[in-house]
Amino acid sequence: MTEATEREVGRARLRKEDARLVTGQTTWTDNIQMTGLLHLAILRSPMAHARVDRVDVSPALERPGVVAAFAGRDLADGLGSLPCAWPVTEDIVMPDHPPVAVDEVRYAGDPVAVVVARDRYAAADALEAIEVDYTPLPPVLDLEAALAEDAPLVHADKGTNRCYVWPLATGEDYARVKERADVVLTRRYRQQRLIPSAMEPRAVVVTPLPASGEYTLHSTTQIPHILRIMLAMVTGIPEHKLRVIAPDVGGGFGSKLQVYGEEALALAVARRLGRPVKWTESRSEGCLATHHGRGMIQDVEIAATREGRLLGLKVDLLADMGAYLMLVTPGVPILGAFMYPGIYKMDAYDFTCTGVFTTRTPTDAYRGAGRPEATFAIERIMDELAAELGLDPIELRRRNWIRREEFPYPSIAGLTYDSGDYAAATDKALALFGYDDLRAEQQKRHERGDPVRLGIGVSTYTEMCGLAPSRVLGDLRYGAGGWEAASIRMLPTGKVEVVTGTSPHGQGHVTSWSQIAADVLGVPFEDVEVVHGDTKAAPQGMDTYGSRSLVVGGAAVHQAAVKVVGKARKVAAHLLEADEDDLDFAGGVFSVKGSPEARTTIQEIAFAAFSSHDMPEGMEPTINAEHVMDPENFSYPHGTHLCAVEVDTETGRSTIRSYVCVDDVGRVVNPLIVEGQVHGGVAQGIGQALYEEAVYDDEGNLVSGTLADYLVPSAVDLPDFVTDRTETPATSNPLGAKGVGESGTIAATPAVVNAIVDALRPLGVTDVAMPCTPQRVWQAIEEASA
Amino acid sequence: MTRISVTVDGTTYEDEVEPRLLLVHYLRDRLGLTGTPVGCDTSNCGACTVDLDGESAKSCSVLAVQADGSEVTTVQGLARGDAWHPLQQAFRERHALQCGYCTPGMIMAARDLLRENPAPTADEVRHALEGNLCRCTGYQNIVRAVLAASGQEVAS
Amino acid sequence: MIPPAFDYARPASVEEAVRTLAEAGDEAKVLAGGQSLLPLLRLRLAFPELVVDVGRIPGLSGVREDGDTLVIGALTTHHDILRDPLVGRYAGLLAAATRTVADPAVRHRGTLGGSLAHADPAGDLPAVALALDAELVVVGPQGRRTIPAREFFVDYLQSALRPDELLVAVRVPKREGWGFRYEKFQRVAQAWAVVGVAALVRRENGHIAEARIGLTNMGATPLRAAASEAALAGVPAVADAVARATAAAAEGTRPSSDPSATPEYRAHLARVLTRRAVLAAAGGE
Repeated sequence: MTEATEREVGRARLRKEDARLVTGQTTWTDNIQMTGLLHLAILRSPMAHARVDRVDVSPALERPGVVAAFAGRDLADGLGSLPCAWPVTEDIVMPDHPPVAVDEVRYAGDPVAVVVARDRYAAADALEAIEVDYTPLPPVLDLEAALAEDAPLVHADKGTNRCYVWPLATGEDYARVKERADVVLTRRYRQQRLIPSAMEPRAVVVTPLPASGEYTLHSTTQIPHILRIMLAMVTGIPEHKLRVIAPDVGGGFGSKLQVYGEEALALAVARRLGRPVKWTESRSEGCLATHHGRGMIQDVEIAATREGRLLGLKVDLLADMGAYLMLVTPGVPILGAFMYPGIYKMDAYDFTCTGVFTTRTPTDAYRGAGRPEATFAIERIMDELAAELGLDPIELRRRNWIRREEFPYPSIAGLTYDSGDYAAATDKALALFGYDDLRAEQQKRHERGDPVRLGIGVSTYTEMCGLAPSRVLGDLRYGAGGWEAASIRMLPTGKVEVVTGTSPHGQGHVTSWSQIAADVLGVPFEDVEVVHGDTKAAPQGMDTYGSRSLVVGGAAVHQAAVKVVGKARKVAAHLLEADEDDLDFAGGVFSVKGSPEARTTIQEIAFAAFSSHDMPEGMEPTINAEHVMDPENFSYPHGTHLCAVEVDTETGRSTIRSYVCVDDVGRVVNPLIVEGQVHGGVAQGIGQALYEEAVYDDEGNLVSGTLADYLVPSAVDLPDFVTDRTETPATSNPLGAKGVGESGTIAATPAVVNAIVDALRPLGVTDVAMPCTPQRVWQAIEEASA
Repeated sequence: MTRISVTVDGTTYEDEVEPRLLLVHYLRDRLGLTGTPVGCDTSNCGACTVDLDGESAKSCSVLAVQADGSEVTTVQGLARGDAWHPLQQAFRERHALQCGYCTPGMIMAARDLLRENPAPTADEVRHALEGNLCRCTGYQNIVRAVLAASGQEVAS
Repeated sequence: MIPPAFDYARPASVEEAVRTLAEAGDEAKVLAGGQSLLPLLRLRLAFPELVVDVGRIPGLSGVREDGDTLVIGALTTHHDILRDPLVGRYAGLLAAATRTVADPAVRHRGTLGGSLAHADPAGDLPAVALALDAELVVVGPQGRRTIPAREFFVDYLQSALRPDELLVAVRVPKREGWGFRYEKFQRVAQAWAVVGVAALVRRENGHIAEARIGLTNMGATPLRAAASEAALAGVPAVADAVARATAAAAEGTRPSSDPSATPEYRAHLARVLTRRAVLAAAGGE
């Protein structure tokens, strides 16, 4: 092994990415312009569910600047169904999903026709000329009603709206365990639909080379590699003829972990016309057409002893798939299935998820994907149980959480939690928060009947992330592996290119990967460049989602660098005429033990290996190396988030007064970036708790279809966050890192809702549905006092 | 078509434009000044914020013809050679951006604030940025960056 | 999204603007600051054949005194209203409400006249115009007329402005010594008011001598809380009395329903916010 001198890992390096971004020298997909570029616009269904009787695009062709127009039927040839890569059960119902509807539209926003024009203005105008006749069909909106025998069907040919049933029962028999319980609580929680709302709307540009059959596709995607494979399958364009580039991408949060119809469509149209094409969504279009997140009904039952020891947990989930199965739609709730028990020990766990089709925008991954829902349910019901038993919510958690000395711990759901210290994180958080003082103030306000109540919310979460073990993903019927690739090119001049299969869109991989490589290789941080997001330049990869990039991709960079040093060591030993074992390596310098003047640098070795005039016997030229990382386990960040909320009982408004988070994300490469991820994650978790909801009316129209109606919180609506960390290294990767992209979002939502309910519990309130709007809070108070 | 003359980042352009052309599309599609992005269609997100005759404006909610005879400054016009604007510097130093899509608008909105109020409080910064949405940062580092750019002490 | 195509006129004078509007009939839209119109165009909720850009007509912005009245040019921007010393002195309520309109960039371009002419009951300024007893000065082919605010707001997004008329000024009676408060309740900072209450209170000897209350988003038009105004006259400026008098704040209103609020909740908010606004305006708490 090498002895890396760690000057970089752990250091708050300013980001290399920022120079371009703060000066406007960006490469957003919509920036792309070229001679002859045509613009696509898409006509979308104004109805949730209808038969398409007739589509006539010919009037659009009469409009100035219009080059072509297509109905679904015109494109069906050579354009397959959009893929779902996660058929979670053998008998899952997998409906056909044409990129442009042919016979039937199944959600408001389902594409029905495409216009191609010389500029975006002409394309937008021409949409209005297209004639479509619809016969309305009944919308399917209620998850429970959708499962009734005589319910109208989203996909009539499938005979059911039930997509799948996925069960998991572990430990003892839940029903038996329940008989032993002194207390059994049953609660129903609702995960509202969310619109991910990355700031950059989606866009795609396809540049064809008709003579050679080659296509370059730029897209606002998190997954250039997966996208390439899938689009090759959907369009029939051979994979080796398709290059996918993710340039600067303006946030994703799961919404760009997708294979979208517009991407397939742009390829199909570019192939048909032999011309480059661009499509950029408007925000209001994106609210309909970019996948949504969450959308579940959770029936949760918890069984415990009078002393507050958990015995068992039962979860029945109804998950809204929306109208079609997109890339990992069915798998999202399954990612959560393993996390409902959270950090707690118990004897039995019983989980069932039923996927349900509705006539709404398809759902799929949104920051946390399954795990925020699980954490919400367990952390909410733990507070309810504490109230039932008359225990402080922290005390109830203490009595049940896995203790530090019990790691690695086989969780009731079948995972192996490798490391953690829940008590340490909680104690630190309590101190930062001033828990006892706030409890005292809460009591005082209660006693004097203050119309502004104070509530304290606790969330002691863990999550599984760093998606990861290919073997496990295979067991879960996921269509791909969970490995990640990295290669390192030692350039002849001593500079370094790190090629990564991850595809950042705000996470700062260029900076963090530079830090990792610089440490292992002993080269300056500035001398490292990171190449990503282009299937031609970074041909192998599994992309960025599920808090996996550092844990798997960063670890791959580390291991590739270790291999480079190993090769360099051989060359150095050869050149210095020393034994490999007699070489020290520090700060990029190999020296012979005992005779430090006999030395050479890794940069000199890179050049020597490049010229390759004098390589060790049997060694190939260059010291470049690659590594594919496939960790044997997920990683398990955890932490304790505490939230104090003031609730104005007259108006129902909840205002966050203080928010403390102590997270254990394992070893930290760049504390600045980690803190930023926590801030942003918590902000999105608060967004779900208080503000955001994709609201549909009774006909299935999206009511919150613009940023004027879908309330993304602004700077005024969010508090300052107090962040701190504890550190128990992950054991599944050489960095000891656990991942941080989703933890804030996972932790925050229940912390906020618990705080609101805590404030109102003396008034008889035991739950408020999300988002906890002032009206809902007011209604909860009214109902409790009625 | 209407003839307009607009000075953007110090260069004067004369163009024939459709009256309905949005200023942001004029900047992006006609002038190739793609540093100013578009994030919504209701003027809520502020990503497209520029300076129009000395005041911040959302360039998605201004017609190019309305900018006839005006002077526009975009994020691309802030640096003087290699010398960045203090806000650009502070945004980097305080890690006030992640994906960077909202950043041009944030910087232009913050610049407007500091011109009117050179030493704002954190609360004033938050209110000044209420029309600029960020989905990555949770705003805390953006607030810190603006305070730092104003020359005030900022807790890290 | 992309606005639909339209013709564009940029008249140089009020007379030319009125002539242009008259020629266009119903198919023209007046563009002032554009902060309400541009989003409507982009969402293709409006399809004017002609957009008449009055933004450069001289003499339509700024604030001046005319005896007991402030005359505010229709093109005066929200930003200018906020900085105007005359507004601050004689119509503080207008400044207070204007401060809550949208965000700084929108306030730079949005105008008082545009906000009133848009006649959105969820807009903050129509209720303020009602409470202030403002008059709207409009010019049409037949010349100038003055419309009291209480007659100006006819229905949802509908004002008494005829298609060939241009709003040129807003006349606001000067009020010195009146307390004021705009209580806006919104879900996020830049969201529309769920409910807003514009309160003006004249206080004498610890009592409320007179109260004028405008309600935002409590019906198809901005409304006055007439019953509470009557009930407040003469009551002591203390919490209990004000609470009793403002219990009628929602009387006669017809609030709408949306994902943020039912009519019942809006009525409840109107009562709570009116009490708070009046107490604050009366200098009590």
